[in-house]
Amino acid sequence: MSIKRSIWGLHGLAPIWLQRTFALTPFVSLVLLYVIASDYRLEINPQDKLLPSLGQISDSVERLAFNPDPRTGDYILLKDTLSSLSRLGIGIGLASITGLLLGLNIGLIPATRHLLMPFMTFISIVPPLAILPILFITFGVDELAKVMLIFIGTFPLITRDIVLTVRTTPAEQITKALTLGATTTQVIYRIVMPQVLPKLIDTVRLSLGAGWLFLIASEAIASTDGLGYRIFLVRRYLAMDVIIPYVLWITFLGFVIDWLLQQLIAKRFPWYRR
Amino acid sequence: MMNELKTRNLLHLEDVYKSYGDKLVLDDIDLSVAAGEFCTVVGPSGCGKSTLLRIIIGQERATSGTVFIDGKEVGNPDPTRGIVYQRYSLFPHLTVLENVLLGKELAFSYLKRDMAHRQFRDEAMAMLERVRLADHVHKYPHELSGGMQQRVAIAQTLIKRPKIVMMDEPFGALDPGVREDLQLFLLELWEEIGMTVFFVTHDLEEGVFLGTRLIVLSQYYSTEGSKHKHGAKIVADHSLPKNVLSTRVKRAQEFSALLEEVRREGFDPAHLQHIDAFNLKHKDSFATR
Repeated sequence: MSIKRSIWGLHGLAPIWLQRTFALTPFVSLVLLYVIASDYRLEINPQDKLLPSLGQISDSVERLAFNPDPRTGDYILLKDTLSSLSRLGIGIGLASITGLLLGLNIGLIPATRHLLMPFMTFISIVPPLAILPILFITFGVDELAKVMLIFIGTFPLITRDIVLTVRTTPAEQITKALTLGATTTQVIYRIVMPQVLPKLIDTVRLSLGAGWLFLIASEAIASTDGLGYRIFLVRRYLAMDVIIPYVLWITFLGFVIDWLLQQLIAKRFPWYRR
Repeated sequence: MMNELKTRNLLHLEDVYKSYGDKLVLDDIDLSVAAGEFCTVVGPSGCGKSTLLRIIIGQERATSGTVFIDGKEVGNPDPTRGIVYQRYSLFPHLTVLENVLLGKELAFSYLKRDMAHRQFRDEAMAMLERVRLADHVHKYPHELSGGMQQRVAIAQTLIKRPKIVMMDEPFGALDPGVREDLQLFLLELWEEIGMTVFFVTHDLEEGVFLGTRLIVLSQYYSTEGSKHKHGAKIVADHSLPKNVLSTRVKRAQEFSALLEEVRREGFDPAHLQHIDAFNLKHKDSFATR
């Protein structure tokens, strides 16, 4: 006779179909709850804008995603997505390269550490959104200021994380590399850098959340396109039928980027996390 | 005498002291090791064996004193002194073959590294065959057992042809069976290549079995009138018979007699030798005063 175990306890082990059902439950519940609440409000007031029906939402999606804008001929969702992703990509890309180079040199070379570490700590504490006006004044209201906000908002954290990772390199490894004939530059860029690359990708995955925040904030304030721009534009008309799918789209993009980066780590760095 | 040793011998240390803050760890170490010697260093835990090794390879700096290789003073780590650690000898992001090729590859720029790989692949493969790992060249270190990892580390060190191979408890984390295998394997390599080895271990039996010369480092000794704490000194220096390649000697009578003697000389805090009674009769042994 086998011992019966509850699926709820510490040793609970549900069969696969039940695990899947569990995973779907909160999502399905949320959609159901929305549909019920939306129906209820629309019944009382068909003009209600707060909780549009699924039909209204899909009409808006069709208009923004699959039909060209009658005035400009652009597919608005596509154009917004491309603008936002390129700002995010350039900002985070610059931040990762800067963070990697600074982190390696601060982490490995004591003189660089003494010179830059206190300053980096200071910079990382400055609230990026508070200096957004300075960025707009300095870099204008075009692309540069938005990219700079994402950059300034994310590179200090990436740098500090790389410094911490680099400093966990055992002294033995560095001595070993030197006995194999490595120069200081080689220790930094050929021994330590390849080992922190997957960690950099992990750090970027975490920094993307902040990246989106700064992207949407800057687009909301001064822009002519972009996902954040659109959301804040239609807010004036309480157009929840546009805001809701845009938010879901942004979430989906974030999820896909995170998944892709995770795949990249698994494929390129099989020794990582061992 | 001292200068003659310095020029004649491969490794030479003079008046090496090391202290951490107020705590003196190494107390006036004088040591000279001839080329071709398999020199093992044993001593009770905390006596500073590994510190001594790290000073010789340049990973740490002596508080005072000098290390010479071939009569020339040495400092930071460089390819004259190879090192095999108990852990962290291998680079986790490189395969076995890449780990072994690294010493060759680093002489080239990053862009020419493929060329270096082609040029030295055969040599690296020969080295890996010698350490019996030819079937595992494309694995990463985490896919290998502890004993295999140490064999890769030995190959990685030897391909650079260092003047002296330093080993810091290289077999300390291995199972007893694997450990004996590797001891024999290392002796074979030593005979075959004729390398100089400086081998630190806490395992007295291992030190006596492997070495052609056994250094006992210990903080357990007495000096005139001084009761305050002193650092470790070389308290004994034995010349050992050349090893036969079998672990059977470990059960011989002389072997256990020597173990007993060394244990008394360096490992027993209750038995304090006087500083003038140290057994330093080895031909390369000297002490500055």
